[in-house]
Amino acid sequence: MKKYFAAAGLLIFIAVFADFLTPFDPYVQDLEGALTPPNSINLLGTDRYGRDVLSRVIIGSQTTLCAALALLAVIASVGSLIGAICGYKGGRLDTFLMRMSDIFLAFPQMVFAIAAAGALGGGLLNAAAALAIIGWTKYARISRGLVLSIRSMPYFDAARMAGSSSIEILFAHVLPNIAGTILVTAALDIGTIIMELAGLSFLGLGAMPPTAEWGAMMNNGRSMLQTAPWVILAPGTAIFITVATFNLLGDKLRDFLGGDRQ
Amino acid sequence: MILRVEDLIVACGDKKILRGVSFSIKRGEILVIVGESGSGKSTILKAIGGLLDKKFSIGGKILFDGRDIKDLPDKERRKLSGDKIGFIFQNVGASFCPIRTIGEQIFESVKAHRDWDKKFFRERAIELMENINLAPEVLDEYPFRLSGGMAQRAGILAATILEPKLLLADEPTSALDVVTQIGVVKELMNLRERLEISIIMVTHDLEIARRMADKILTIKHGEASQ
Repeated sequence: MKKYFAAAGLLIFIAVFADFLTPFDPYVQDLEGALTPPNSINLLGTDRYGRDVLSRVIIGSQTTLCAALALLAVIASVGSLIGAICGYKGGRLDTFLMRMSDIFLAFPQMVFAIAAAGALGGGLLNAAAALAIIGWTKYARISRGLVLSIRSMPYFDAARMAGSSSIEILFAHVLPNIAGTILVTAALDIGTIIMELAGLSFLGLGAMPPTAEWGAMMNNGRSMLQTAPWVILAPGTAIFITVATFNLLGDKLRDFLGGDRQ
Repeated sequence: MILRVEDLIVACGDKKILRGVSFSIKRGEILVIVGESGSGKSTILKAIGGLLDKKFSIGGKILFDGRDIKDLPDKERRKLSGDKIGFIFQNVGASFCPIRTIGEQIFESVKAHRDWDKKFFRERAIELMENINLAPEVLDEYPFRLSGGMAQRAGILAATILEPKLLLADEPTSALDVVTQIGVVKELMNLRERLEISIIMVTHDLEIARRMADKILTIKHGEASQ
């Protein structure tokens, strides 16, 4: 599992320190050098405005990966907390929030996100908001189920019998015990969220020009697939490597935390 | 009288689990509840401990120190739980959160009622642990590392560290081997002697009931016969 952690760590390192790792300014245009194929100076060539593709892929990792991780952190924590409260408290609040999540889950996620992003207007923040509107439901469902199973455990009654308040029980006993499953689910979701964010940007509903974002870069290079394939292949390959890395890491994490180690 | 239960009725929907059970217990007395599985023995303890789910309806009176605690608001109930009323669970190993040490968990229950610092808590806990033959290192152990007997003693420590007036014990010996059972029975008897705790214990074991009980309450199909 260490090598998957190392690979994911390297990707995150590149995203965090992207500003220092780019060989050229990713936003400076050089129309004379437009669509230069990969060479010893521009390792991945240049795009239609003469911008260095490698620099844009590196800086694009910051946009794509940071946005995906931030979005995931929000939906996983908010969704888990909502689900935990529903499972813990039950009653009308539980019924209301779970019916609401049923309604959201009835829509295909991407179709809903496209509609929501379209309604909210373009931009990476709005694309993330569109995905967040529907993304929390999965975590709420999972954490609610886990909390219901924890409620039947003797240590839950023991905590109540010790005189702990609901909030203390929730934060000291319930949430830490569901964190492992939520973490694995989140790790397995990183790839999906990267794909969805890139997908919205590809459709023109995410990052706006000139922001370097992998989905938006693929959209820009779409018309040049046959004449300058490097423009679309570079961000496409970056998405493939990143999604595959996080999916493999999620799988390994699931096996490890799920006890499937025989 | 430390506890008087009058005409206790517990129902889940249309199904009556307890049908008018009454009994009382004095300070320092041991009441043992016996009866076949599913007769409602544990339900009596859960009703007294306030552990029954909202789906259960409770009738009658549960008078603790003269005050009806049946419908206490959460805040009032929390003041009693752990401090005035202790609970030893059947599967004590599972009554500790698996990801926190025994000491952390017992300290948490202490913090809910007393203004003790960690140092004082440890000193007090270790003093009590000597009385129940439990090594001080157990405080830093995780529940899954304890044997059945050690877990049971840790459960006794957790339930009695604040010297409650009433101890509810739900089959505290059922998961233990005979030798450990005898040890736990002795420790509960000692606690009664030292702290004058009243104990209500549920058990299937008539021999243990005979050895410990000042009073025996037999429950059959949710009804009591003393």
